[in-house]
Amino acid sequence: MTPLSLLARLGRSTLAALAMIGRVALFTVSAFTHMLRPPYYPRELALSFLQIGWLSLPVVALTAVFTGGALALQIYAGGARFNAEAVVPQIVAIGMVRELGPVLVGLMIAARVTSSIAAEIATMKVTEQIDALVTLSTNPMQYLVAPRVLAALLTVPVLVGIGDIIGIAGGYTVSVHNLGFNSAAYLKNTVDFLEPLDLISSLVKGAFFGVIAATMGCYYGMQSGRGAQGVGSATKSSVEAAAVLILATNFILTGVFFSL
Amino acid sequence: MTAMTNGNAPHPMIKMDQVHKAFGDNRVLRGMDLTIPKGSSMVIIGGSGTGKSVALKSVLGLITPDSGEIYVDGKPAGSGDRDAFLARFGMLFQGGALFDSLPVWQNVAFRLMRGALKRPAHEAREIAIEKLRRVGLKPDVADRLPAELSGGMQKRVGLARAIAAEPEIIFFDEPTTGLDPIMSGVINDLIREIVVEMGATAMTITHDMSSVRAIADNVAMLHDGVIQWTGPVADMDQSGDPYLDQFIHGRAEGPIEAVR
Ligand SMILES: Nc1ncnc2c1ncn2[C@@H]1O[C@H](COP(=O)(O)OP(=O)(O)O)[C@@H](O)[C@H]1O
Ligand SMILES: [Mg+2]
Repeated sequence: MTPLSLLARLGRSTLAALAMIGRVALFTVSAFTHMLRPPYYPRELALSFLQIGWLSLPVVALTAVFTGGALALQIYAGGARFNAEAVVPQIVAIGMVRELGPVLVGLMIAARVTSSIAAEIATMKVTEQIDALVTLSTNPMQYLVAPRVLAALLTVPVLVGIGDIIGIAGGYTVSVHNLGFNSAAYLKNTVDFLEPLDLISSLVKGAFFGVIAATMGCYYGMQSGRGAQGVGSATKSSVEAAAVLILATNFILTGVFFSL
Repeated sequence: MTAMTNGNAPHPMIKMDQVHKAFGDNRVLRGMDLTIPKGSSMVIIGGSGTGKSVALKSVLGLITPDSGEIYVDGKPAGSGDRDAFLARFGMLFQGGALFDSLPVWQNVAFRLMRGALKRPAHEAREIAIEKLRRVGLKPDVADRLPAELSGGMQKRVGLARAIAAEPEIIFFDEPTTGLDPIMSGVINDLIREIVVEMGATAMTITHDMSSVRAIADNVAMLHDGVIQWTGPVADMDQSGDPYLDQFIHGRAEGPIEAVR
């Protein structure tokens, strides 16, 4: 392969990636403009709240409690090397609220919600249900996409907040029961140490991750190819894209909140 | 059966003029011309994969032709208000395309439960049950989910949905495929009735020659991307067209390649 053809190939894939980013960005904008415009579909919105918010609670709680517990153990073990075991409550709180809470909840939502949205919408596409919606004068962006993205925007921050609390509770439980921390002191240290900005960043990240998760599911579902294979590859691509975008966005938001 | 065409209509209800559509290098429609007078019943025949469904979807704007013009009631399809345009149509999809998250009656009454034609739920339900009865389904299927019905029953629910809002123009994509002969007869009579009593314009795709004779005022045969033959159903047997003859009589030998 000549250097020139390598360059041409690089150029082509860069252009394709940029075009893809453009399409996803346009799709996201369109999802938001369709939220504002009537008709509204309250039943679809309610179902999305149930699916994305309520039914995700168990998995979010389990992820958070185990992560908080493991975090406490690690910080204790690491801190012990330079006699800094006492920082467990502070670092657990910061670690959960600033990073692990939003990121892990975001990734669990990508696994649970993005995949199911993509598979559902892709199946509707493959079985001509999307075409049928259109012929029944119903805009799929309004009926399918807007309620899911809106529900994710509003519920994922709440899930992240709950995940933060449960994660801290996990760290607290391990610290008090296994590591010999005093219960009242642990709680006081946690509360004193957290700043409002920590909580705000956590919830803002949750909102971004929710929008990413739902939008990627909808986008890949609507773009699905034909047949069962189309549904499979739409689902896979949507989860990959959501996970990568969530991690990249997390990095950027951490920069915006904490190092500017 | 005599042709029900309305000779003094100022313009045909549907007119396709040199419509081309390719998917990649699969050239499906290659200059399709078709005229359907107001209040008449056109039946499209042709081998599987010749683009009959693509032609229907092109008229509805679900597929955008590469070139050529489509007029509905004298105006270019896709001009003007899209909701108003689509409100004139009912469509039965080849695979039924029922919304699998909604019970049967809500599928049938979909258009009557939201948007411009919205009416109270109990009224919509009554209309749905009445339409289900017309396609030979008992009221007790109303509350079932589409997945609980057989393929033929799903097809009939799709048919009930297509006629629920009493549209002016109705497209039936293989309405009797998968039905037993008696039920096929019921559906043929129903389609004929809709055209005669409601004055609707119908475009039906079918492979079933007894359906063609029962439903059609005019017949058009699609082959190699163009209308190979078209004319009143009464002329079909003396067309002298070898393609049409081969199709009508289901011969393996003839100008149409049996292996495609
Ligand atoms: N959305 C699509 N993307 C790619 N190819 C398509 C699409 N829809 C139809 N085709 C192709 O167009 C041809 C005609 O399809 P269709 O209109 O469904 O045939 P039929 O006459 O049996 O209804 C087929 O070869 C089919 O694979
Ligand atoms: Mg077809």
